[in-house]
Amino acid sequence: MAPAQNHSDGDARVAEQAAFGRLIDVGKAFPPSTRHADKIVALADVSYSLRRGELVALLGPSGCGKTTLLRIVGGLTRASTGRVEIAGSEVVGPRADFAFVFQSPTLLPWRSVLGNVLFPMEIRGRNDRTARARALEQLQLVGLAGFAKSRPHQLSGGMKQRVALCRALIQSPALLLMDEPFGALDELTRMEMQDLLLEIRRVTAATVLFVTHSISEAVYLADEILVFSARPGRVIDRIRTGLPYPRTSELRYTGAFTALERRAGAGLGVLHSAKHGMPSHA
Amino acid sequence: MHRFMRLSLPVVGVAALLALWHFYVVLFNVPTAVLPRPAAVLQSLVQNWRVIQAEGWITLCASLYGFLLAFALGIPIAVAISSSRILNLMFYPLLIATQSVPKVALAPLILIWLGTGLESKLAIAGLVAFFPIVVDTATGLRNTPADLIDLATSVRANAFQTFCKIRFPAALPFIISGSKVAITLAVIGAVIGEFIGSNEGLGNLMLVANSQINIPLAFAALFGLALIGILLYSAVVATEWALRPWFGEIAH
Repeated sequence: MAPAQNHSDGDARVAEQAAFGRLIDVGKAFPPSTRHADKIVALADVSYSLRRGELVALLGPSGCGKTTLLRIVGGLTRASTGRVEIAGSEVVGPRADFAFVFQSPTLLPWRSVLGNVLFPMEIRGRNDRTARARALEQLQLVGLAGFAKSRPHQLSGGMKQRVALCRALIQSPALLLMDEPFGALDELTRMEMQDLLLEIRRVTAATVLFVTHSISEAVYLADEILVFSARPGRVIDRIRTGLPYPRTSELRYTGAFTALERRAGAGLGVLHSAKHGMPSHA
Repeated sequence: MHRFMRLSLPVVGVAALLALWHFYVVLFNVPTAVLPRPAAVLQSLVQNWRVIQAEGWITLCASLYGFLLAFALGIPIAVAISSSRILNLMFYPLLIATQSVPKVALAPLILIWLGTGLESKLAIAGLVAFFPIVVDTATGLRNTPADLIDLATSVRANAFQTFCKIRFPAALPFIISGSKVAITLAVIGAVIGEFIGSNEGLGNLMLVANSQINIPLAFAALFGLALIGILLYSAVVATEWALRPWFGEIAH
């Protein structure tokens, strides 16, 4: 199964940009256990060149290893094979220029909203007045200006994830790693959060790796989509969306958007007619 | 109306039980030496209030100090066990196993070692209260939610920071629930100590009243003990309640 590459001529300009990060033959296998007699290959030979300032979506079915890949890039999990280089040096563990947003908000319930945002700065020993001012600024950016003193349990799911976003942004990350951050939110909140993320990208120019299993979310947010097969996870398609900025929800109803959704969907095998016609019952 | 029912029905329940007790004694002509009427117990309670108060204070102190001793020793030991893999493998199974051993059986030995003073009561109360505190605290420290550990790792917190800022606070609800069990056991431990060898405390007062066949006084002392138990338990519950805004949804 050859990966369907898609480097059109229009991308030559982008390719000239310095590679911000490189994934070289990254793979992950879990050793045999009592539950599985054979070793499990979660991820096989992923190579990719990550461009500075882009948002790359990792799109695939559950269990395809996209979260594992994100954790490997972020230094939370070790790769079994291959290596990752970001900003000129190999990733051997979590770094100060990385920040994570996890699937669940993972707020500390015993801290206030502000205390949660400041948590990384506290760990760095830089919980000073400047950090505090920046935290408040960021809370304002995500629309939580009046909630600095609230406790996490007083917030809705979307608000919690906004706090988690602030906690990542205060670290001024060069690389923002997001693991299905909006997966647990309702549709409308999710769309709001997507617009918020686009706005944050405009302001911070951070490079973002974004794991999702939502086709439309990947198309709406990404500059490039890596489509993964089911286990073992491989990149089966790379789609440069080429959609214009600023992006608004109007975009969701354009032909270009739908075409991209269709292509990603075909890669994931949700369109039976795309390659094999109607499924046969032979 | 709903609120009124919630407050009044427990009172009605207690009143019904007292009435049952009263009519049982009256109808079957039960001798006072076997089971006194509730009114006789109340009378004895009022008459001997100063004694019960004085002896109760001694039992209360023995229970509370025993609990605090268990807490002061139990928390650091739980921290050590849950932080070191070697210590954990060595002692955690033992701790779980001792959960089902009746620790009060050691009371006579402790009396021989420590004499009949406050020390032995404290040791017995501390001993029985120690295990739930250690086991629950260790369990809490070992079960920090994985995503919080990920968060700590991702911001490069060191082991000490992770402990102070994540693992210990996350274990607090477990520590509270262990304390609830421990405080109740501490009162039992203190009374056992007084039963076995002491000339003071409510446990001793009960024995004395029994030997004089002053059963109303024995019951009055029992009510004193119940009061102490409820009082101390309420103190732990109040602590939990005070921490509630701190924990929000994590509270167990």
